[in-house]
Amino acid sequence: MKQPKLDLLAPETVARVIDEAFELLWDPGIRVHADQALELLAQGGAEVDFEGRLTRIPRGLAERCLATVPTSFDLFDWDGRPTVHYAEDQVHFDPGSAAIEILDHGSSSSRPPATADFVQFVKLAEGLPQIDAVATSLVCQDVPQTVGDLYRLYLVLRFARKPVVTGAFGVDTWHVMRELLATAAGGSAALAARPIAVFDVCPSPPLLWSEITCQNLIDCARARIPAELVSMPLAGATGPVTLIGSVVQHAAECLSGITIHQLAGPGSPIVWGGSPAAFDMRTGTPPMGAIETHMIDLAYSQIGKAIKPGGVPTHAYLGMSDAKVVDAQCGLESMSGALLGVLAGINMISGPGMLDFESCFSLEKLVLDAEIIGMVKRLKRGIDDSGSSLGLEIVRQVGHQGGFLKTRHTRDHFRSEQYIPSAVIDRDVRQTWHDKGAKDAAARAHERVAQVIAAYQPKPLDPHLVRELEAITLNAAKGEGMDQLPELPA
Amino acid sequence: MSLENLYERMAQSVLAGEADGAAAMAREAVASGLDPLEAINRGYRVGMDRVGELFARGEYFLPDLILGGEAMKSALAVLDPALKARGGAQPVLGKVVLGTVAGDIHEIGKTLVGTMLSASGFEVFDLGTNVKTETFIEKVKETGADFIGLSALLTTTMRVQKEVIEALERAGLRAEVKVLVGGAPVTQKWADQIGADGFAEDAASAVAIAKKLAAARPALLTHC
Repeated sequence: MKQPKLDLLAPETVARVIDEAFELLWDPGIRVHADQALELLAQGGAEVDFEGRLTRIPRGLAERCLATVPTSFDLFDWDGRPTVHYAEDQVHFDPGSAAIEILDHGSSSSRPPATADFVQFVKLAEGLPQIDAVATSLVCQDVPQTVGDLYRLYLVLRFARKPVVTGAFGVDTWHVMRELLATAAGGSAALAARPIAVFDVCPSPPLLWSEITCQNLIDCARARIPAELVSMPLAGATGPVTLIGSVVQHAAECLSGITIHQLAGPGSPIVWGGSPAAFDMRTGTPPMGAIETHMIDLAYSQIGKAIKPGGVPTHAYLGMSDAKVVDAQCGLESMSGALLGVLAGINMISGPGMLDFESCFSLEKLVLDAEIIGMVKRLKRGIDDSGSSLGLEIVRQVGHQGGFLKTRHTRDHFRSEQYIPSAVIDRDVRQTWHDKGAKDAAARAHERVAQVIAAYQPKPLDPHLVRELEAITLNAAKGEGMDQLPELPA
Repeated sequence: MSLENLYERMAQSVLAGEADGAAAMAREAVASGLDPLEAINRGYRVGMDRVGELFARGEYFLPDLILGGEAMKSALAVLDPALKARGGAQPVLGKVVLGTVAGDIHEIGKTLVGTMLSASGFEVFDLGTNVKTETFIEKVKETGADFIGLSALLTTTMRVQKEVIEALERAGLRAEVKVLVGGAPVTQKWADQIGADGFAEDAASAVAIAKKLAAARPALLTHC
């Protein structure tokens, strides 16, 4: 059975992109604002200007580091099942991250989210079967920003069973987050053997690593917690306007990250990911719903799959929209990204639920995006051509009488042949649609949000573990002048 | 096997849409002297009710509904004669003449309704599609039907439903037969306008309506 696959770049172009990316590592080199990384690079054989914080990485070194990157790894859920496979062309989805705003249904203005919103969000993401992993998607405004990263993870660990896509805002908070994960997973060794989370680490375009993200990268490698590179050239602003030029820059940034990461922890899992965007020449914004943004994503994932035999696991931010409310633009941009992402075989696609240049979350959008994911995953499965007869036997059997609906063939196959959407997708006749209140997609999504959250089953957690997680989080919060954690909704 | 177990397996055969299995169990039941009416009411009918509930909850779909109905029908085909042989009979819920009107060859909705009505204990005479108005009238006369079900899927063939009603009036049959109309473009307003007795907007309501008919006869209403 053939699975649909879309490659945007010709093989010879892929080879040229890779060659040029390796050349950029040497000239002009990579700027690195983390001393540990510069030392690792110097020991590994790169030229390092400690004063100027600049390194020139020889191709041989980068290739040696690339060789030790695992071609695949799994993320595990709360029940210890490997439910996310960063491997080959397998595709998974997690909600977008990290929103500093949330949009309430029916409102045209967004607002900063708080703990109660985050808990609602996790319950919803848990209850949507199309979503494979949760993310620390909202930045809660009722805790100090300096512990906002670890607090999100704490909430996820309290409420979610699915694996987690997360990220740290600081060097020290990463260690607290590691402690939370290790405590939940039953120790550091257990966490390394069966990771339950992946950390996003972002280079700064062009060709620069900040101290925080670079240290996160090194710490992930040493703890053997999967890291996800999120390189984000803005084509025409912080990267070349040509799509291929930004793909080259993206590859160079990822290769520099892989080199530092593998020098710190050879064989640790790392993902070839990103969040690039086209640059809107009228407004100066980074449109995540632009087709050119999606094209850069597809092209760089093709590079990630070709950069070594078996490829490096891949990630992209897709399935988002720049619309301000859940409207037609929201739907069309989200579908475009998600659809193209599955056709490219990107292992983890982050973005569902996100509006407004990756800054605003909508629960209603997440519910609608779940339907998009259901549809595009169906496309990904392809057309089943197994069986001795494709259509000959059944068409002959039914003949000119018609009436396929009452054959066992139909009953046996319709559930696997069709993606059956929830009531969010309207397929009623007009009269029925009227009778149900003539609701549009956003209104139907709003109803489903409430239904899914109401059906949430509490995560069975050992009270002792809850106290430990609470203590770790509170201890970090106290350092920021917070005496107690916000009360959690029942 | 206990009787309760047997009844549950009968219900399961309908839930699974296993027409052959349902009929085989019905034959075994008759051979072993089981009361056919008990087999229907405590076994198969229970399965059919559950099919309807699952459909209403969105867990079952049209193929489940139809094959469940077919399984029910195949069991009834065995149990009805056995019941008559014992001098008994299933309560007859009514005779229905059913078809898609002239000029229209759409079949699915009409067939689904027919299956569900049969499964619920109605005697259904399905005339198929593109049925001439006079054929409907003849069949009503011939069978002494209580209902006539007229399906139309096209706005252009909807008006034929009205023609059939007028033909029934001309034949002096209108008072004796309830007219049920259905089909995608058909609305309650249209049903009222042409003087039909009942309407249901889609095949999905077929189960509920069949049950309502079964319970409420002769003060019934509905559609096809």
